[in-house]
Amino acid sequence: MSAPQSLFDKIWQRHAVVTRPDGAVLLLVGRHLLHDGSAAAFRFLDERRLPLHDKRHTFGTPDHYVSTAGNDLASIGEAFRRDLVSGMAENARKHGFTHFGLGDPRQGIIHVIGPEQGITLPGITMVCGDSHTSSHGALGALAFGIGASEVAHVLATQTLWQSRKPQSMRINVEGKLGTGVTAKDAILAIIARIGTAGGTGKVIEYAGPVFRDMSIEGRLSVCNMSIEAGARAGMVAPDENTFAYLKGRPYAPQGAMWERAVAFWRTLPSDAGAAFDAEVTLNGNAIEPMATWGTSPEHASAVTGAVPDPAAAPTAERREAIASALNYMGLSPGMRMDEIPINRVFIGSCTNSRIEDLRAAAAVLQGRKAKVQAWAVPGSGLVKRQAEQEGLDKVFRDAGFEWREPGCSMCAGVNGDLVEPGVHCASTSNRNFVGRQGPGARTHLMSPTMAAAAAVTGHITDVRRLMAGEA
Amino acid sequence: MEPFSTVDAKAMPLDMTNVDTDQLVPARYLWRPRQDGYAEILFHDLRREPGFPLDAPAHKGAAIMVADRNFGCGSSREHAAWALVDSGFRVVIAPSFGDIFYSNSFKNGLLPIVLPEARCAELRAALARNPGTHLVVDLPAQTVTGPVGVNDGFSVDSFAVDPLRKELLIAGQDETGLTLSLAATIKGFVAGYAEAMPWV
Ligand code: SF4
Repeated sequence: MSAPQSLFDKIWQRHAVVTRPDGAVLLLVGRHLLHDGSAAAFRFLDERRLPLHDKRHTFGTPDHYVSTAGNDLASIGEAFRRDLVSGMAENARKHGFTHFGLGDPRQGIIHVIGPEQGITLPGITMVCGDSHTSSHGALGALAFGIGASEVAHVLATQTLWQSRKPQSMRINVEGKLGTGVTAKDAILAIIARIGTAGGTGKVIEYAGPVFRDMSIEGRLSVCNMSIEAGARAGMVAPDENTFAYLKGRPYAPQGAMWERAVAFWRTLPSDAGAAFDAEVTLNGNAIEPMATWGTSPEHASAVTGAVPDPAAAPTAERREAIASALNYMGLSPGMRMDEIPINRVFIGSCTNSRIEDLRAAAAVLQGRKAKVQAWAVPGSGLVKRQAEQEGLDKVFRDAGFEWREPGCSMCAGVNGDLVEPGVHCASTSNRNFVGRQGPGARTHLMSPTMAAAAAVTGHITDVRRLMAGEA
Repeated sequence: MEPFSTVDAKAMPLDMTNVDTDQLVPARYLWRPRQDGYAEILFHDLRREPGFPLDAPAHKGAAIMVADRNFGCGSSREHAAWALVDSGFRVVIAPSFGDIFYSNSFKNGLLPIVLPEARCAELRAALARNPGTHLVVDLPAQTVTGPVGVNDGFSVDSFAVDPLRKELLIAGQDETGLTLSLAATIKGFVAGYAEAMPWV
């Protein structure tokens, strides 16, 4: 009998083309995803006069540089951004990969589109020149971000060198998430616990009842932020939820092939007794709605808690880190989380811009008004269309939100959607680094429902109070 | 890519943990074409703050940086490595690195070296006391020596590096040539893969 294997082990083994004696492995890439920041990689291909090796398994869409004011090239104000978006369409024509361009209702954030189109599948390797590629692990794929040189290598060969097999880590969340507690709160609680370097270099498998019960949308939010825990990738074993989500999606297998695929996917979950290099367990019942107060995703607290006091920190280094974060964020030590003012709200990004996120936020906004400037940016044209069919756009608009076109938008602001200096932005994205949403911008990461609650009160607010009927 | 063997150069200490790629290259400069160069973008926002070591006269021409934990964490942007290389850096020494940054560095002829946290702190302290002194990084021998010409904190440290990465860096080659030479092996593997998982 062979040794018990984890989900990660199984996928790795099936994609290892060559394993060198020194441990370096050449991995086959099942799906390669591209976005509008891939120009450098195509230039490399052209310089070397190499063809795109495998156009059938290469998919792309513009997301970083598109305007969220209008869904066409003309809405992009600056020539350099227009050139990146039109350059990508040009590369798609030239090299023949599948491209969901501007104006195509399927266009959107690449990490939203992969699952939505059934491009993301269990049991395969997936890469993209973007760190949040880890999202796709939610369906049981081994998915991770790569740099531009690696993108070029994958374009030219559909393979990727890994100098060794990464370590593995299992994160179990036991119990059940409480009312008003979401997948985003779970991942923020995990990062607060293990730290932003807690998963460095590792592939995380999220296991236990909380993830079993979680929707695919929720698993996508969790796996998305694996990178904020330092990990290479995050994954959840495929199960009936996964199959139900994928069935009938355009690029998923159909008919007899579907049955064959599902039979295979059922063999993927980690065997009993599979070994992990590290293991962490959290109690899901104890997780509360979360928000970040500082400039690192690990600077997160339950909404019922308080901003830490640097003086109480155990080490000088920690003291300094907290003090400098509070200085940048303009917060005072010990203030209650729900006293932090919010001047702007962004609901969007590959972490939280799927239909379930918009439904949850709209449910909080129903019959209420935002006190501050607030945006909802759907993750794809299809999410937007679905939301409009359900009347969610009207709920957002009636609450005073702007209802925008799909794209990355204010998550990193590379399309020009920036948060002003000194402004506190409740954001459903994944990074609260200094300057991430614009120079001097103060980001507070939270779930879509918490962001909606902050929009209507003008400060960080425990969404459970609004859900219980408070005005 | 420039072949790498031994670098004998000024070393600059950077006393900051979790230097993320947004600090190395703010996202708003990512559109800039590679050929336009990224030297002036390196630490674009931080270098304007008083006391930031990058533009100190003593560090002019530094090719080695001694940093702290989790250097280069955050996004996958290779621009972070480009900005360091374009500014003349060939080596970054730190207790740990962001994963993708670590891998990107090799692809651009930048050698990331992991040394123990306490040793990095000693080196930074020695360099702070003696600004502008040299370290010698010998990739074939896998050693860091120095600070050179300074008595305090002087020693030789060995470091680990993956053999394939070392090989390519010394040769100044990227992986593509190596992979293309394995075309027949890949083709055979793909045939078996397609048979086992025809829906992919
Ligand atoms: S939404 Fe944000 S994190 Fe996601 S791919 Fe776009 S810029 Fe990156």
